[in-house]
Amino acid sequence: MHGKLPAFIGIALFAGVVTFPFWIGGERKPMPPPVIEAGLTQCVESAAFMRANHMLLLDQWRDSVVRHNDHIYVNRAGQRFEKSLTGTCLGCHSNKAEFCDRCHDAVAVKPYCWNCHLAPGQPAGPAATAAALPPPSSRFAVTAIPRRGE
Amino acid sequence: MIEKALTGNRSYWLWILFLLALIAVGAASYRDQLDYGLGITGMGRDISWGVYIGQFTFMVGVAASAVMLVLPYYLHDYKAFGRIVVLGEFLAVAAVVMCMSFVIVDMGKPSRLLNILLYPTPQSLVFWDVVVLNGYLALNIVCGWVTLEAERQEVPPPRWIRPLIYLSIPWAISIHTVTAFLYAGMPGRGLWLTAILAPRFLASAFAAGPALLIVLSALLKRVSGFDAGGEAIGKLATIVLYASIVNFFFLAMEFFTAFYSGIPAEERSLDYLFFGLDGHAALRPYMWLSVAIGAAAVIVLSVPRLRSRERYLVAASAAMFVSLWIDKGVGLIIGGFIPSPLETVTEYAPTLHEVLITLGVWATGSLVLTLLYKTAISVKQSG
Amino acid sequence: MDHDRRHFLIRAGSAALFGLGAAAGLPALAATRLLPAASGHGAGNAVRWGMLVDMTRCVEPCSSCIDACHSVHNVPHFDNPKDEIKWIWKMDYANAFPDSGQFASSRQTAAPVLALCNHCANPPCVRVCPVQATFKREDGIVEMDFHRCIGCRFCMAACPYGSRSFNWRDPRPFIEKYDYGYPTREAGVVEKCNFCSERLARGRQPACVEACKNRALVFGNLNDPGSELRRQLSSRVTLQRKPELGTQPSVFYAFERGHD
Repeated sequence: MHGKLPAFIGIALFAGVVTFPFWIGGERKPMPPPVIEAGLTQCVESAAFMRANHMLLLDQWRDSVVRHNDHIYVNRAGQRFEKSLTGTCLGCHSNKAEFCDRCHDAVAVKPYCWNCHLAPGQPAGPAATAAALPPPSSRFAVTAIPRRGE
Repeated sequence: MIEKALTGNRSYWLWILFLLALIAVGAASYRDQLDYGLGITGMGRDISWGVYIGQFTFMVGVAASAVMLVLPYYLHDYKAFGRIVVLGEFLAVAAVVMCMSFVIVDMGKPSRLLNILLYPTPQSLVFWDVVVLNGYLALNIVCGWVTLEAERQEVPPPRWIRPLIYLSIPWAISIHTVTAFLYAGMPGRGLWLTAILAPRFLASAFAAGPALLIVLSALLKRVSGFDAGGEAIGKLATIVLYASIVNFFFLAMEFFTAFYSGIPAEERSLDYLFFGLDGHAALRPYMWLSVAIGAAAVIVLSVPRLRSRERYLVAASAAMFVSLWIDKGVGLIIGGFIPSPLETVTEYAPTLHEVLITLGVWATGSLVLTLLYKTAISVKQSG
Repeated sequence: MDHDRRHFLIRAGSAALFGLGAAAGLPALAATRLLPAASGHGAGNAVRWGMLVDMTRCVEPCSSCIDACHSVHNVPHFDNPKDEIKWIWKMDYANAFPDSGQFASSRQTAAPVLALCNHCANPPCVRVCPVQATFKREDGIVEMDFHRCIGCRFCMAACPYGSRSFNWRDPRPFIEKYDYGYPTREAGVVEKCNFCSERLARGRQPACVEACKNRALVFGNLNDPGSELRRQLSSRVTLQRKPELGTQPSVFYAFERGHD
């Protein structure tokens, strides 16, 4: 196929496919705000700072604590905190589902912190956690290989 | 030029389909492994490296063996290798692809693969292995492809390819030396802590690679009519013969140092592999099988009346390849973990998932090899 | 936060060791009991943490140290031995000190010996790690960075003592009871004893040392000649595991009573 017409048709198709998320429409939901517990007046840094930088802050904290044995964070106001996700952050924002997950779920972000770090009161024990796991998939009829949860 | 790999007869496409099927099964198994964890393999606390790393070690040797064609042809003008140098280079490409694949499927956190580049650690041999393997892959792809392209155009290759080809010669030695260094510097693993591990690796590489090339050349003759030439094959057979004699000599040296010194830490792993330890001897039959078929291959290769008959030559080459595969890919790596540092014997057997993933990687390498060889043969047969 | 600002803050923080307290509702620093030294820039003179396992005080069938360590660190328990994870364990004398102890008294050779990561001064595991996920701290502890580990298990092959375990599968279903003060790990990373670095930062002793009612575990600073640990090491004959490998372990074993 040669010529201007097929080229323009192709460009138009491409533009349509690429801009699809913008014109597909659908309900526009506002981002649900995270629930800040009553009585909390001040975070480690300001809310605006945290909104923009909490991921970077946590990334620096984890390297600093694990690799440099540097546990103390001094914020811009000179106040000192322990660098700890579960201790400091969740010490105030103790409801992970209402605070952290609100925004993360809305933007489909799955930080893998929670694969290891435990939220306060997170259910434990083999029964509790095994039930939460997806059923093991098996594409081969092999009985000898142990499955998750066994 | 790659379009030449996209034309072929029915057998060709059936073979490609077969490989793709194996790859699909391997990929599905790998997905299971990602879901479940590496525990889906037969590895455990005591045997923390298994089939994957064993195959990786062996294939690095096969990749390095390309130098056995490149060196005589480019440095010493040994014209008989002219037709098949590119086959050696392409075999190296396929083998390195397999090596990298085996390392990736063996990693606990493959999503963090880039950490090796983000946090370079020159004191670690894995870092250098990544560097030299990637460099070798690039070198061989470029050298093989450019020279083949030049052959297709019926012009001499460009001048700038020469330094790269010369570079690939010491580089080939380096990839297998670095891989040997992965093992040879670890205290507490008596089977590996030997100065001759790198020489032993190189000797077995220079036996296994050319042996595979002999088998592949016979295969190519059957499916495409491409003839590598009697002199080239004969010279490859000579290389296999002497390299494997050196390798057996090195093995004997290991036995001597271990058993004459009488030091238990030196003896125990060889004891387990060849004689059994504390009642465990799962690998013993395979190690002796490896010695037996290797010795038989050496005999066939050294008797002119036998090695001049193609059927015996190919059989001996295949036997040598299998013998070295057992010795290096299975015995050396698994044996290094037995006895464990806790002085206990835990035996190892791969699981179904592990075997399927391994076959998937082998199929991937074979696919790369098939596509590259088809291209090369098409060029050589048309020109 | 850019590089310069971060460094300024770190320096300001070190200088402000006696800074202002936190506002109401914030987790005050004092409540966490972090040591000033846990700023990472405090104790300038090099501490070298070490341990003496006093086998004259270790009694069978007690395993309080193992239970304490494994519960405090959320170490999972697997029935299948190949998946096993252990940070501290008991092993036969003949396996811990191979090819030795011939004609020694059964007091020495009969009882199982406590083994853990030796936190070597010349650790082969640190040498081989391609991403420095295992590294040596200034205070001598060979630490694991679970965030960085790629799971290549090179360190497991390099360790001559068998101190390291790998998460062959997701550990969470196999942890009986969570300790919320310490994270779990995930499938695909290596783990081992860390000399309880998180407790040391709070001025506490390692969990195993605290749990031992017989005071069989002596923990201290090997670089301080006045420490209890050094006193013990100089007043009695002690062994290290596989010293000929040049790893310079920081864990010592005593089988005879001291002369104190």
